Amino acid sequence: MNLSYSECSARERLAALLDAGSFHEWLPPQARITSPHLAQLGVPSSFDDGVAIGRGRLAGQAVFVAAQEGAFMGGGVGEVHGAKLVGLLRRAQRERPRAVLLLAESGGVRLHEANAGLIGVSEVMRAVFDLRAAGVPVLVLIGGANGCFGGMGLVARCADRVIISDVGRLAMSGPEVIEASHGVEEFDARDRALVWRTTGGKHRYLLGDADALVDDDVAAFRQASLDWLHRPRPMDLAALEAEHTLLAERQRQAQGCDDARELWQRLGVPEPASVPDLEVAALRPLRPALPETP
Amino acid sequence: MHWNELATALFGPDHGLQAEGALITGTAIFDGQPMAVIGTIDHAPIGVELALRQARAVLDLMAQHPGRPLLLLVDTQGQQLRRHDELLGINRAMAHLAACVDQARRRGHRVIALVYDQALSGGFLATGLMADACYALPAAEIRVMRLPAMARVTKIAEERLQALSQSNPVFAPGVANYVAMGGIQGLWDGDLAAALRQALQTAPREDQRAALGAERAGRRCAAPVIQQVLDAA
Amino acid sequence: MDIGLESMQWQLAGQQPAGDFAPVLVGVVGSGNLEVMLEPLPGADCEVRVETSARGFRPIWDAVVADFHRRHGLAGVRVSVNDMGATPAVVSLRLDQAVAEWRSRQP
Repeated sequence: MNLSYSECSARERLAALLDAGSFHEWLPPQARITSPHLAQLGVPSSFDDGVAIGRGRLAGQAVFVAAQEGAFMGGGVGEVHGAKLVGLLRRAQRERPRAVLLLAESGGVRLHEANAGLIGVSEVMRAVFDLRAAGVPVLVLIGGANGCFGGMGLVARCADRVIISDVGRLAMSGPEVIEASHGVEEFDARDRALVWRTTGGKHRYLLGDADALVDDDVAAFRQASLDWLHRPRPMDLAALEAEHTLLAERQRQAQGCDDARELWQRLGVPEPASVPDLEVAALRPLRPALPETP
Repeated sequence: MHWNELATALFGPDHGLQAEGALITGTAIFDGQPMAVIGTIDHAPIGVELALRQARAVLDLMAQHPGRPLLLLVDTQGQQLRRHDELLGINRAMAHLAACVDQARRRGHRVIALVYDQALSGGFLATGLMADACYALPAAEIRVMRLPAMARVTKIAEERLQALSQSNPVFAPGVANYVAMGGIQGLWDGDLAAALRQALQTAPREDQRAALGAERAGRRCAAPVIQQVLDAA
Repeated sequence: MDIGLESMQWQLAGQQPAGDFAPVLVGVVGSGNLEVMLEPLPGADCEVRVETSARGFRPIWDAVVADFHRRHGLAGVRVSVNDMGATPAVVSLRLDQAVAEWRSRQP
């Protein structure tokens, strides 16, 4: 039976993704570790500050998990929210689970506590790098309605692997922000098709920004997580040089190109016009060959 | 402060740094030792191209001069707000830059950052906030968003935000707030060369910013929450 | 207009204390929505605590909470609510959902 990942809450995702009943939460709602900053701005706090963290099992293997609740403050990272993520990553460095799964759904820094959120995101980034250097892979799963933007879009690409659904979105600035800054001619945020082919899961997969493209189905996310659990991305100098070559080459190929269909064509995607209509399974083989990753 | 004025104050008039577009790079001599400098100027927006140019400079440093200290000079209005950059995956380019800076630290390069003019949101995450420690000039401006814009987005009256920002550093723009929260290690005032010398000796190699924020009472929750997660049954 | 939150609390007498149970959480704090948590409480009371961003609706909350208690008559339970302007219908729905979730876990 198909359980829509995007329609689930953060907690429902964890319950369905992990082995049944295996999720053990740290700083659970009844501990009331909430934001001390929201009340003065007239915003109710949430008992978990919008992120559930803990340990669980994935096909019997020990994993640490965090799931952001996109419905609360757009999944925005505040002081407590960020600290829970940092704590989880540091604990993983100490206890060395098989991997850390980050179920990201976030607009980035929570504006109501923006400074704390920005510093918090940078602490998450450093903790991710520390953990990877210690040999514990970090997987980021993206498939919530709010996408993965801003600082969390950066965090996603600091991780080892990204798994995204065709309804997931991964980018930096939201279309509304770009439209507000440079006008509707630059980015029409109401043009859904344009938004999707610029930031959506299929585009991210075709470019190799996501390692796996899955249907909007919790079981598909679970399977992809298992597929990638044992495949960390190297982070030594050679790997960084390879990444640089890839990004520089892509930038060269995309010179003067503002639309995804044109970019797909230039990158050698067969029949780029058909991409938006294709099922996930039909789209996967269209990805141009990427440099081999171990 | 103009970057050239800053470079002169730190390294003397023959500082050897050059600007090419929005990027400054070069090797300065500090206390008789070579020091790599990479930075941006004129409140540069960080797009894919500028992120990659900075990453290239960090990669070259690691390959050609292992262990040489690196000074990152920060002046950015934030990430480039263009569809072209989003299409290309600006978040990946910036994460790559962050990974390069992180790798430099990991390989033993001392990495010091200085916000000498402006540091905004995304553009700041990939460089200054990835250093061993990030410092700022007292006149620098650091923020995610100005209060009027924040008032529009959050639908909270600007006067209210203004009033609250007097007592809580958590959201209002300002370099002092970032110091109080531990995001900025300290301010460089007066003798800038002495401040750099001090930073090279004392900047922490581990991320201690949450503890610093608690100690300075600007960010009281982060450190205890991290500890609670580490201790949770 | 003051933008602070409004806090409310009710202490309602119940009959048969629920005893110990794992806390139950339903809903999320989003626009027009709320989260509801049920926890064990010593004694036989049902305590309801609400934090809401929508100020000035105390009489409506009185009615919703009284109706909730009439229908479920919880005892030895603390009900905690974080609300972001949900309608009374949505509040009642979430409260019922929390109780249903709790009952489904009873042996």
